[in-house]
Amino acid sequence: MESDVIGTFESALQEVDVRLERTTAADARGVLTDLLEPPAVGVPLPFDGVSLPEAVETEPTPDELEAATTGITAVEFAVADYGSVAIRSSPVGEEPISLYADVHVAVVAASDVLPDMKATFERLGDDARNGADTVLATGPSATADMGALVTGAHGPKAVHAVVIEDR
Amino acid sequence: MSSDSREAKATRIRHLLRTEGDAVQRNTQTFNQGRYDAVAELEAYEEYRDQARSIKERAIEILPELVDEVTAAVEENGGTVYLADDAADANRYIQEVVADAEAETVVKSKSMTTEELEVNHALEADGVDVWETDLGEFVLQLADEAPSHIVAPAIHKSREGIAELFREQFDPDERLETAEDLTMFAREFLGERIREADVGMTGANFVTADSGSIALVTSEGNARKTVTATDTQIAVAGVEKIVPSVEDLHPFVELIGKSGTGQDITSYVSLLTPPVDAPSLDRDPDTPLAPETANDREFHLVLVDNGRTEMREDDQLRETLYCIRCSACANSCANFQSVGGHAFGGETYSGGIATGWEAGVHGYDSAAEFNDLCTGCTRCVNACPVKIDIPWINNVVRDRLNRGADEGRFEFVYDELVPDEEPGGIDLQKRLFGNYETLAKLGSATAPVSNWVGELAPVRSLLERVVGIDERRSLPEFQRETLRGWYRARGPRVSAADADREVVLYPDAYTNYVDADRGKAAVRVLEALNVHVRIPSVGESGRAPLSQGMIDTADEQASQVYGALAEHIDAGRDVVVIEPSDLAMFQREYEKLLPERSFERLRDGSYEILEYVYGCLENGADPTTLRAPERPIAYHAHCQQRTLGLERYTTAVFGELGCDVIESDVECCGMAGSFGYKSQYYELSMDVGDRLRDQFTSPTAQDRLVVASGTSCEEQLGALLERDAAHPVEVLDPGRRS
Repeated sequence: MESDVIGTFESALQEVDVRLERTTAADARGVLTDLLEPPAVGVPLPFDGVSLPEAVETEPTPDELEAATTGITAVEFAVADYGSVAIRSSPVGEEPISLYADVHVAVVAASDVLPDMKATFERLGDDARNGADTVLATGPSATADMGALVTGAHGPKAVHAVVIEDR
Repeated sequence: MSSDSREAKATRIRHLLRTEGDAVQRNTQTFNQGRYDAVAELEAYEEYRDQARSIKERAIEILPELVDEVTAAVEENGGTVYLADDAADANRYIQEVVADAEAETVVKSKSMTTEELEVNHALEADGVDVWETDLGEFVLQLADEAPSHIVAPAIHKSREGIAELFREQFDPDERLETAEDLTMFAREFLGERIREADVGMTGANFVTADSGSIALVTSEGNARKTVTATDTQIAVAGVEKIVPSVEDLHPFVELIGKSGTGQDITSYVSLLTPPVDAPSLDRDPDTPLAPETANDREFHLVLVDNGRTEMREDDQLRETLYCIRCSACANSCANFQSVGGHAFGGETYSGGIATGWEAGVHGYDSAAEFNDLCTGCTRCVNACPVKIDIPWINNVVRDRLNRGADEGRFEFVYDELVPDEEPGGIDLQKRLFGNYETLAKLGSATAPVSNWVGELAPVRSLLERVVGIDERRSLPEFQRETLRGWYRARGPRVSAADADREVVLYPDAYTNYVDADRGKAAVRVLEALNVHVRIPSVGESGRAPLSQGMIDTADEQASQVYGALAEHIDAGRDVVVIEPSDLAMFQREYEKLLPERSFERLRDGSYEILEYVYGCLENGADPTTLRAPERPIAYHAHCQQRTLGLERYTTAVFGELGCDVIESDVECCGMAGSFGYKSQYYELSMDVGDRLRDQFTSPTAQDRLVVASGTSCEEQLGALLERDAAHPVEVLDPGRRS
């Protein structure tokens, strides 16, 4: 079942020009190192046995944030059929880090890939009632206001998704 | 409307067609096609529409409770709620918040409600710099123009126009040419403004009462930055945006992007429960972000009434409050596709639903500016994700405008010609078209003299000057012999005793007095299928007066039509209708004009003529008794017929007879009943028609027989093309002289 959901997630991501990398907790750091283009900023990852590459600045200043090429964060969950990732905005800074860097690398545990929006809103209900802020992000930021579709309007120009299959 | 104001309106429309028409057309048609494609892939589309509709109905019903609930929730989260009576009240509060924050710069993400308030002006008067960070809104702020579309506000601007504007405003070092250049330049410029800003102002697509959250549906990421980069967030929302719970957002998130611009989902759907929990960015640029600064954030939710409570108490305008501002009604509207929101819009809102919004928040004068541009074609009806009957709202507002009009000077001569139920003072042009049946009766009785007189140059010139019937249009030619007169003399050829079925053929005013031939063809086709035909005396359906906003007259006519048909329905006879706009009255608008049971009986017992032919063939009638089309066909279905999903029967019947058919896919032909005859709208009508002309003069269509189901579509096609259009039933007529 799970692999079906990840497969759905992967093809939905393709529609919005996002590449999905499948990895394990043990190999995640290597995958992230390959994806990373410096300067990079990030938030420590909450998955057991997974840590960020050393080059990632986890306590950036506002200036470093603006200058970052890569921003790595875990996401709360993903929505398979839309290819969306749910960015939780918490005091450690997932929201600014996923937003200001040119490339957002979104890391999600396979067990947190939800099938659809119905499951999403069932989960978001209690989260929001407990005060959480969540952004469902689908693909890079985009605008057509200047006469043609351009990615990277105010937010990231590209997004990568990394699924940790054993988490 | 005077001859001078008609001319002024025509001039304004001509200007917009020339300057903004191309960009508006390209963009709205892309959105509209995107909608068709996106919803076709959404399996539960209709289910979500039903859910969205019922959530909104309930939310508006219990709105006062929801306001209390959301206020308590936001306050518990540490925010503040202000319920503003009107725009001035809302602006005063926002100005205070901005002053308390000692803000010099305010950045905004896109919000139509703040446009409604004109909050930028209020803040600028206090010396505050206000920047729109949505790129479309930013362009308009620089150009000092109003949005032409509620979702994509700068839809009327071309890339070249924007490049020129940036050159004038910024004199950049590098030449900005591509959309990418322009976007990156704006991103950088606005990035600095966002950094400087102390207050971020957003709208809200939805507000959830149970959690005190706001949902923002965006693509650029500017709303995210507006919120994250500033310590004080103000969210401005109309009170109607509140829904009971977070879970209620689900159908809306499925529908809003697909219905609007045709995106499955926009890049960002933010569900924020402010004050948000992100660390502050409004600190020393060289000091690392600190988690504890998340606690320094402030949040103000400004809920705006500004006429909405009155709309809620108004049985006719209430539905407007269900609107989620997706823009489907604008994109699916043929007139909007040609002129955009600068013509089809009021002080703030644009598109079909804007009539309800403008009447409710800015007043009837603003609605009057553009209400006539809704022709009642109903193409927005199936596009609206919350199932609002947008054409009906336009009719209601038109009716109210008619009632508010000044007494006319020509009343005493005119009353005889136009025996409607309407108050004095209604526009002459509207009364003339609203009383079409009386005119047709008189024209037919005095034909051909009436036609000769009608075509005399001085008469046409008078008609244009006094009533505004465009001289460039040819007038319908009345026939002395009516369809009913012909049938009375001829009698039925299939007796009731021998027939498989019995039909009452509805003699609409146009078929009866102007184009009896298509009525005769209908009789012969039905008889070929072994149907006994009756053509009783039944009056006009009320379509003509309804389209002019004369609801009382339409209501009276609906009652008479129902009275004349009820006994036939009880006797098991099927009501068959040639003119789709009249059938659409029976099937849609009569719901508003007749008691529920009467409406349902007539709706269930009436059929479009080709739908009926299809049914006969499906039930075993012999197709070889019909005349098979000799040539491939280019078919233009009627807009209201398509809304009812009935065009497929015409193509199915032609297909069954072995004919190759292609269909137009324009939303409307542009004539739309009386609309294209009106001198102020003639050029717009022809511009809309151009899209149909392009399709039917393409290499694959140019040699085909042109077939159209609607009267006014036939007229319009006749004007657009060098070949005449026929009704489908005339093509199938076994008695046709070819």
